[in-house]
Amino acid sequence: MSSYYTATDHFVLLPALLLGLFACATLLFDFWVFPESKRRKHLAWFVLMGEVFASVAYMRQQMFLNQHGGELQAFGGSLVVDQFALYFHWIFVIATAITVVMSYRYLEVRDEHHGEYYGLIMLAQTGMYFLASGNELVVLFTGLETMAITFYVLVGMLKRDQRSNEAAMKYFLLGGLSSGLLVYGFSLLYGMAGSTKLREIAAAMASRAQDDTVLFLAVATILTGLLFKVAAAPFHIWAPDTYEGAPTVVTAYLAVASKAASLALLLRILLGPLGLAREVWEPILAGAALLSMTVGNIAAVTQTNTKRLLAYSSINHAGYILLGVVAGNQTGIQGVLVYTLVYVFMTLGAFLVLTVLCRESTTGEDINDLHGLMKRNPAHAIWMLIFLLSLAGIPPTAGFIGKYFIFLSLIETGHYYLAAAAAIYVAVAIYYYFRIVKSMFIEKEETEMPPLSLSWGTKTALLATGVMTLGIGIYPEPFVRFAQQTLVR
Amino acid sequence: MGEHLLSAILFTPLVGVLVLLFIPGSMKTAIRWWANISAVAGFLVSLPLILNFNKSLDGYQFVERVNWIPALGVQYLIGVDGISVLMVMLTTVMGMLAIFASWDSINDKVKEYYAMFLLQQVGMIGVFISLDFMLFYVFWELVLVPMYFIIGVWGGPRKLYAAIKFFLYTLAGGVLMLLGIITLYLQHMAQTGVATFEIAQLMNTQMPLWMEQLVFWSFFLGFAIKVPMFPFHTWLPDAHTEAPTAGSVILAAVLLKMGTYGFIRFSLPLLPNASADRMIVNVLAVLSIIGIIYGALVSLMQQDWKKLVAYSSVSHLGFCTLGIFALNHQGIAGSVIQQINHGISTGMLFLIVGVIYERRHTREIKEYGGLAHVMPNYAIVFAFAMLSSAGLPLLNGFIGEFTILQAAFQANMAWGAFAVTGVVFGAAYLLWLYQRTMLGEVTNEKNKGLKDLNWKEWAVFVPLMAWAIAIGVYPKPYFDILEKPVAAIVERVNRQTAPVSAAIQPVETKSEAR
Repeated sequence: MSSYYTATDHFVLLPALLLGLFACATLLFDFWVFPESKRRKHLAWFVLMGEVFASVAYMRQQMFLNQHGGELQAFGGSLVVDQFALYFHWIFVIATAITVVMSYRYLEVRDEHHGEYYGLIMLAQTGMYFLASGNELVVLFTGLETMAITFYVLVGMLKRDQRSNEAAMKYFLLGGLSSGLLVYGFSLLYGMAGSTKLREIAAAMASRAQDDTVLFLAVATILTGLLFKVAAAPFHIWAPDTYEGAPTVVTAYLAVASKAASLALLLRILLGPLGLAREVWEPILAGAALLSMTVGNIAAVTQTNTKRLLAYSSINHAGYILLGVVAGNQTGIQGVLVYTLVYVFMTLGAFLVLTVLCRESTTGEDINDLHGLMKRNPAHAIWMLIFLLSLAGIPPTAGFIGKYFIFLSLIETGHYYLAAAAAIYVAVAIYYYFRIVKSMFIEKEETEMPPLSLSWGTKTALLATGVMTLGIGIYPEPFVRFAQQTLVR
Repeated sequence: MGEHLLSAILFTPLVGVLVLLFIPGSMKTAIRWWANISAVAGFLVSLPLILNFNKSLDGYQFVERVNWIPALGVQYLIGVDGISVLMVMLTTVMGMLAIFASWDSINDKVKEYYAMFLLQQVGMIGVFISLDFMLFYVFWELVLVPMYFIIGVWGGPRKLYAAIKFFLYTLAGGVLMLLGIITLYLQHMAQTGVATFEIAQLMNTQMPLWMEQLVFWSFFLGFAIKVPMFPFHTWLPDAHTEAPTAGSVILAAVLLKMGTYGFIRFSLPLLPNASADRMIVNVLAVLSIIGIIYGALVSLMQQDWKKLVAYSSVSHLGFCTLGIFALNHQGIAGSVIQQINHGISTGMLFLIVGVIYERRHTREIKEYGGLAHVMPNYAIVFAFAMLSSAGLPLLNGFIGEFTILQAAFQANMAWGAFAVTGVVFGAAYLLWLYQRTMLGEVTNEKNKGLKDLNWKEWAVFVPLMAWAIAIGVYPKPYFDILEKPVAAIVERVNRQTAPVSAAIQPVETKSEAR
């Protein structure tokens, strides 16, 4: 390898380059192209253009892989593009695009800067690129930190809002701690294998004993870091406060994209270099999953702030997703992939409805703010009902397909008790999701409010997430196939 | 349409809902008309089903099959046998009458109400015609949401509590049932390599007895909560009492039957060894008998008219499950007929409560007395419904209860003996209710000016009364149509037991020889 930057390297890296450049350009355009702040909302178009460019690059990679199979390696194997990575790339593109179109209205209402916001969103996506495609510890960690640091800033973006500041501080302190633990685990892996490349680590692990103390320490620290990032109990403490304090659009993005990216990392590491240490991490993960479902469900029951409620619900979902990893067979991993995709649509949709509720007079975050929504905006109420049913996992919505795969994989691998617990928690979850439903459909509003005004962006985003949530539920075939094909090596 | 008759029956109410969405909410009369037209259309479309059904054929008829989600082995596979035909007819008839009965009683959010009601019709019909287990499950869960809203939005004072309780109970049972379905599916796949939820294929699955029992209990939780059987019945009185009249009617007449139907369609044929297992049969029979007696005794105690009828459902459904787990021909056939009877009689009883509730807005029994003087026609209809429910010969209730008791005595003398007391108690609480509300002098001033039945109310009661008499006088067509499917189930349950016990035998002797 004489050349430092080959054509393949470029082909693989192109989407990240585009995303990063567009992110920087957005920051500059903010005051160069749109000196009057009123027109800066048009930056959303520019971001969408960036997404289109990145999508084209991804599409070319996808076509190449579909044609030739296998995977693409770049930079001496530090970056890899395979079906698995692309699956997550597509999820990030979808999540970012939907977040962007639903954002500009919210930013106007809250009177916040547009340029910084869009720039940071794209920068976070750049970090996610390396989380899904990285195949080397340093690259992975850099990607993770790029994503995390942009999120610390995004969460604290409402500088005049105390809760936002508090949320950012909490997220930053705990996030820093977890990153530290993670990188400590990475260093142990490096110490054991003498390499930072995941493949070489995996090869080195094969010759190590399973009851190795160092291995256990590495697994424990890495898992702590990862569980923090996916907001799974017992490392979920940051999530409710951060979700509540962050601007709603950032909460949505954090809940879906950051979680999906962290899951990509988790799967890469646990199924790659630590694949042979399954006996060590499986019980820990099973415990964390069970605890996440318990904590998420029980704490959600009493919440009166809808964002907090959805935060706990997202902890609960992390539990379900981890159960798929615990099952660990083909069905289980397929379940994780399907669940993640489904989760993106339904969670974005639910947050979207909350975003719409936010206007000059009220933040729309209290569960009582939803009173009488059916009367004011029946379309919103019905979409929200569909999102909530999907979050709860009632057929024929997308959420059911996700849960179905998790149940299927658990029973297939003989985890009957976990399956039964997961099933029971579905009924618990319906209780708090239906508190929102009750608020929307049954309770009457105390003061008459005019119907919500809608921007084209929220309408499009609502339609897209709603149609996908119902569509995947009614006809899941292509999506299931897509996830299946991802796992074929 | 001939080939797609079942799909037409299934989706007629859905078309009704879709059109309904485009009628502005302020045009209440138009909405009412359209909802009733849809419901009547739903009934008319289902008529060819019973007329063209060939009762001398084995297996399923009007089968439609489309590959829905091949990746998961799920098909859109629908078809009917004698049992499902009766259930579908019950659904379309009761749905039509219940929607008509809502004409005057629902004035708030009319559009949403009818949309939910019609959507629920889709779910219930779907449950009764699905021959694919996953499709069945989808419809099973689909029913929950409309009923939640019907209770929660248009219900009585404690509607929110009742609605969420109904939802949580049935959902918990449903999800646990899903685990059983998945277990069965995986076992079948492991043995044959075919991934399918088709019931006819799943029947070929051979499972060790302990696993079959496990799956049985998981199905049991789903179905028993829905029926509801004794320890799981507590959601029922709340839901029934708080639901609006038409909601209670559909809940009692059709929704509960999904549970008993589940036992007959899935538990028995798919898990014949577990279903015939002595321990399981005993537990189920004892729970049924407890339900019969307990339901009747609690009914005796009630101060609330509607709650009394609700608890009487627990008692009557106990007969239905007892009939099923007598595991003989008469028991199962009697159970299906009793399910229809319960739909008619209890449906009528709930409508009767609804009539008086609309006039007086109270359900307290002690508020009434001597209504027969003020509302003679009403008293006659009530007497008819009461006698039909109590099982007077020549009316429908008698046929069902008598057949089931006969079957119970055949299966086990003690079961029969205990279950018979339920009939006695049943007569007691109904007659006493009648006496307290209808007979004697008019004790309450407020009741003096009450109007008798109007034509709309008559229009709902007359078809039900006619149907009750028809079954009571000439039940043969019902037994005929049930002949083939019930025989198949009974044969399957009994045949499966024999070879297994024979198969176990040699293994034991072998180990002794060693």
